[in-house]
Amino acid sequence: MTVEELSKACGFIPAFPLPDPEREVTCGFCGDLLSWAMGRAKEGSAWCTVMGSVNAVAVASLADAAVLVLCHEAALMGDAAARAQQQGINILRTDLPEFEAAAAVAKQLGI
Amino acid sequence: MANGEEKIVLQYQVPGDDFTRAGEASADLKARLKRLGFPAAAVRKAAISLYEGEINLAIHAGGGEIRVEVTPERIEMWLDDEGPGIPDIALAMSEGYSTAPDEVRSLGFGAGMGLPNMKKYTDSFEITSEVGRGTHIRMAVEIGRS
Repeated sequence: MTVEELSKACGFIPAFPLPDPEREVTCGFCGDLLSWAMGRAKEGSAWCTVMGSVNAVAVASLADAAVLVLCHEAALMGDAAARAQQQGINILRTDLPEFEAAAAVAKQLGI
Repeated sequence: MANGEEKIVLQYQVPGDDFTRAGEASADLKARLKRLGFPAAAVRKAAISLYEGEINLAIHAGGGEIRVEVTPERIEMWLDDEGPGIPDIALAMSEGYSTAPDEVRSLGFGAGMGLPNMKKYTDSFEITSEVGRGTHIRMAVEIGRS
């Protein structure tokens, strides 16, 4: 399933036009501690988090996450949106808590 | 390598306490390695390890220097600082141990996974430190093992 398909299926809203909408989502990950996410999120993850900082964007890029799902209506802080667009990182927003966002992702992925 | 060179040497300065700039070296290294055609797994390992190192330099050491040597066989990284040093390296290497201040933790850092991740994602990892003098790390990703 692509990021664009996941976005539509789950009702997540792109924070800006998706830079890589055809990127394949293969799994999911939840967590807000950056080193924890970087060490454990798998390539192709939909990473559900409330961290909307430039550092979270960096971690999503380095861990090769397919998309960062910003939950609880958390804000994108500082230069995070610009950095994400520059690095080709997809970001989706939702008012769902992380648990429910992850459950929606899991349902779509058949996990 | 793709461009025919035997070795590429990269050097970066990491500023202290600037978490918005920490990550520039690892992002640059990742982009270069991808362009050179290195395996994705090796690129990921090197980029993650170097990012953890950058964050540690920014949080704990007041900044530092990074040197990276890239050959077809390995990606070798040296991180050197003149920060406060680590009194107990074994303790610092244990998962979950952190001395990061609260304001750093609020940014999502300080999980006590920095040094363990650096060791986990490299094929060789050496650290020396002297209290009051600084810390020196050498770590490498072997291309054949990625």
